[in-house]
Amino acid sequence: MCLAVPGKVMEIEERDGTRMATVDFGGVVKEVCLEYVPDLAVGEYAIVHVGFALQRLDEESARRTLALFEELGLLQEEFGDPWEAAAGQDGPQAQEARQ
Amino acid sequence: MKYLDEFQNPELARRLLDDIRATVTRPWALMEVCGGQTHTIIRHGIDQLLPEEIELIHGPGCPVCVTPLAVIDKALEIAARPDVIFCSFGDMLRVPGTDRDLFRVRSEGGDVRVVYSPLDALKIAQQNPEREVVFFGIGFETTAPPNAMTVYQARKLGIRNFSMLVSHVRVPPAIEAIMTSPSCRVQAFLAAGHVCSVMGMDEYPELADRFRVPIVVTGFEPLDILEGIRRTVRQLERGEHTVDNAYPRAVRADGNPAARAMLADVFEVTDRSWRGIGTIPASGWRLSERYRDYDAEHRFSVEGIATREPAACRSGEVLQGLIKPHECEAFGTTCTPRNPLGATMVSSEGACAAYFLYRRLGSTPTPLEATPVV
Repeated sequence: MCLAVPGKVMEIEERDGTRMATVDFGGVVKEVCLEYVPDLAVGEYAIVHVGFALQRLDEESARRTLALFEELGLLQEEFGDPWEAAAGQDGPQAQEARQ
Repeated sequence: MKYLDEFQNPELARRLLDDIRATVTRPWALMEVCGGQTHTIIRHGIDQLLPEEIELIHGPGCPVCVTPLAVIDKALEIAARPDVIFCSFGDMLRVPGTDRDLFRVRSEGGDVRVVYSPLDALKIAQQNPEREVVFFGIGFETTAPPNAMTVYQARKLGIRNFSMLVSHVRVPPAIEAIMTSPSCRVQAFLAAGHVCSVMGMDEYPELADRFRVPIVVTGFEPLDILEGIRRTVRQLERGEHTVDNAYPRAVRADGNPAARAMLADVFEVTDRSWRGIGTIPASGWRLSERYRDYDAEHRFSVEGIATREPAACRSGEVLQGLIKPHECEAFGTTCTPRNPLGATMVSSEGACAAYFLYRRLGSTPTPLEATPVV
């Protein structure tokens, strides 16, 4: 039932006084109501649930999150966090888990 | 698909897992609230990849699972009426009522239709003015705005043969109920990302503070789940308990103000019974006085149905995180997705169904192209 997926806005039109869009979900195209995110523009992505756009998907934020994940291991190797390194050293379970 | 595939990258998943491993020093029990998250976790085996110190307790955030039996029975009775076209999301078809399900009602001649959107049900009402069209309006805060908009439109367009059987539920009172339960072991929450896409985050600081639990708003892809866990564990290890947003691409602090305004107009907060759990104060929404004419419970007389749960089903304990699905004696034997005893074995968001699909069969998993809700 409850699927909320990112889709790309392809076309926007007013229908019976309601703001509707054609939205592409990686090849599957659906009609979506834009009343809750009326300023969505063609080409933008939205989180869509049961035929309604509920939130704009912030592409800049998505990129930042992925960049953060990219840096994770690198930063750990480069600088580490002495507090965490120390905390991670106690407990045989934690050491086992790292191996 | 864009903005799904990138958040399933195995190399980045490894980095997140390494970071979690480097941070954790002792056992922690985290609850993922949403059934959609449970599905991702079990499907990708995330619980098995985590350091053994971290236990994931599956929460009650499966809307199909917690819809109370009394409401299911009302739906079945309304759906069986000859003057009614009963519209529902597909997940509800196999949910067992006291003595049948919607699937059975349809095979016995009831006009039961599966719709993708509540607006489709409204369209059916416009096309069939001589019939009563009833939509089964269940779900958490994510599904409530689409349903609210549909009732609003029905009233605006004067569509009198449309009504909704409403059984909406809200996450924050459920968190409160879990934390005040004497058997509670939960030390932190992965909050449901799409609920927060609508509601924002301002209901959660009070809960984090009162119960001294970290609450991290979390998305639905594997990397989203791992990032939610990573941030949660970091807080736990540091003795912190704040509300954090690990899903910023879809969640803003104030949520979706237009949707919240519509919810406030169309619905009012009410006590709600959760299947397998019991009544939780102020944990639901029903149609407000202004929209009472569109309330199917008001329109059809469906009181006084005697309900009965199967004795063997332990879905209530599963929903409260007290047992894992395979610890139920009926799991995989007398209870399967084809013949479910409880709703947790029906929905793709139900913990029992997820365990059955991805653990017990051991065959190729059914591909899931999307992320469920709450």
